[in-house]
Amino acid sequence: MPTAPPPAARPRRLGEHGLAWAFLLPSVVVLVLFVAYPLGRTLYLSAHANDLFGAPSRYVGWKHYADLLASAEFRDTLLTTALFVLFTVVPGVLGALALVLLLENRIRGVRLLRSAFALPFAFSVASASVVFSVFYNPASGVLNGLLSRLHLGPVGWLTDSRYALLSVAAATVWMNLGYNVLVLSAGIGSIPDEITEAARLDGASGLRLARSVTVPLLGPSLFFLVVVSTVNALQSFGQIHVLTRGGPDGATRTLVYSVYQKAFAYGSSDFGTASAQAVVLLVVVLACTALQFGVLERKVHYA
Amino acid sequence: MTATLTGPTAPAPARPARRRRPRPRTLLGRSLVHLLLLGAALTVLFPVYYVFAGAFMRPDEIASYPPALVPHSLTGRNFSGAVHAVPLARQYANSVLVAGAVTAAQLLTSVLAAYAFVFLPVRARRVVFGAFLATLMVPWEAVVVPNYLTLSGWGLGNTYFGLVLPFLASAFGTFLLRQSFRQFPAELRDAARIDGAGHWRFLWRILVPLSRPTLAALAVYVFLSAWNQYFWPLIITRTAEMQTLQIGLSTLRDSEMADPGLILAGVVLSLLPTLALVLFGQRFLVRGLTTGAVR
Repeated sequence: MPTAPPPAARPRRLGEHGLAWAFLLPSVVVLVLFVAYPLGRTLYLSAHANDLFGAPSRYVGWKHYADLLASAEFRDTLLTTALFVLFTVVPGVLGALALVLLLENRIRGVRLLRSAFALPFAFSVASASVVFSVFYNPASGVLNGLLSRLHLGPVGWLTDSRYALLSVAAATVWMNLGYNVLVLSAGIGSIPDEITEAARLDGASGLRLARSVTVPLLGPSLFFLVVVSTVNALQSFGQIHVLTRGGPDGATRTLVYSVYQKAFAYGSSDFGTASAQAVVLLVVVLACTALQFGVLERKVHYA
Repeated sequence: MTATLTGPTAPAPARPARRRRPRPRTLLGRSLVHLLLLGAALTVLFPVYYVFAGAFMRPDEIASYPPALVPHSLTGRNFSGAVHAVPLARQYANSVLVAGAVTAAQLLTSVLAAYAFVFLPVRARRVVFGAFLATLMVPWEAVVVPNYLTLSGWGLGNTYFGLVLPFLASAFGTFLLRQSFRQFPAELRDAARIDGAGHWRFLWRILVPLSRPTLAALAVYVFLSAWNQYFWPLIITRTAEMQTLQIGLSTLRDSEMADPGLILAGVVLSLLPTLALVLFGQRFLVRGLTTGAVR
């Protein structure tokens, strides 16, 4: 990779240092004010009690965390979060993998289909969620309408706590599918033709080719996708807010949604508890990111 | 580490022009593949279809049980209804303004910072750059409470400044452009210097014009992210006049629950810009989105 000459090779004028800082300043100010400082303040708030209006009142140390550990509600929240990750990442990645492998076949209309699978990109989280809320409507929704044609009873997609999390997850899988297909398509595109060609000359085709050649070589892309999808699932907010508001009875209250509820919903300003939960979220996301960098680092040495 | 990251500077991930794809050997294999793909396409595309079909249905049609799948007569009432139920036009303008301002500002701040990292002597460059990268690992949701407190403390709740201020710079844009700038040919840089171009002139007259593809990809990515934002505009705005389109849609859904056609009409209106991007700008979109794949 060609790189710019090292700065030492250039005539260095006094003004260059000043210019460098002038150029960095806008970014540094924004990142310090809205990432670094609030990160510290989240930690600070999580160790302080607050009054009804959210102003920190006194130092309480680990109390918020201890309360969380002892709280059945918070354990539910963690479980819901884990289930939501499971229900979105597994079908999202496997579904995209199946689609990408099918799209690898040279058959008529495959180009058109490729473009078609990109259409959900046009939907934001909010618009996709609003559309699914119309589908899930127990009385007028299309889903129960189709079920009734099969003489199956109406399902409370979002109102029955057995189905609500699955319904939100299904909407999430739909809105992410296009992106997942894109990432895996790019991965398949980077597999050298010679390898596939050689395997085919050896008589591999169809499922055998996919199982023994394509999928193993997609490993890095798949891993990347799993990590990104997991982090995305952990941060999902819009679909829960639009579809269920964390309900029914907390069945779709994930970690992020719980932070929102404690801090902002229904006039609640429990910033202390919200911040402690935000720190838990931070740790979980950091662990996922660290995993990604750790494993990818190894992959680079290996390659 | 850099080798693990892809971006517009890496070879375009778009499908290669003439890759030879296998062709299922047997008729059975071909039909099976066709059938599976068709099923998947119908499932994936049904919501897209239904948004447009439902947006043109009369209330009695869409609410009929079981619901109709095809509109019998195309009615425009849903669209006028949606525009009147929430200040959709105003919220549209808000979204364009906010996403546009965030995009322009992030491009500018990222170009400047990346330039400093590549072409200027920054003391403790590795440490400073490492600190930039570290901010990428912080999930926005973990700092949303203090940011809300900061901006409302400054009296910027429910204002445009409140909506855009936290997003005027990003380590991601800086990182991406740094990767691109580093690959700028040293000979061109030297030639410009010999011709007497200082930093400012080199940056705007040579480097930026030649980095257009990367800048465009970054712009698409930033614009889409800003356009789709939900959490922040939800908490920082209070009045319908200051809300963005995404929040407006959610309000529309809550207030017009009994009139799904109206809700879907609102969705159709909100989709127009991004749909145009998907249909006519797929090349840019793919680049922009794989740009985001770095995160």
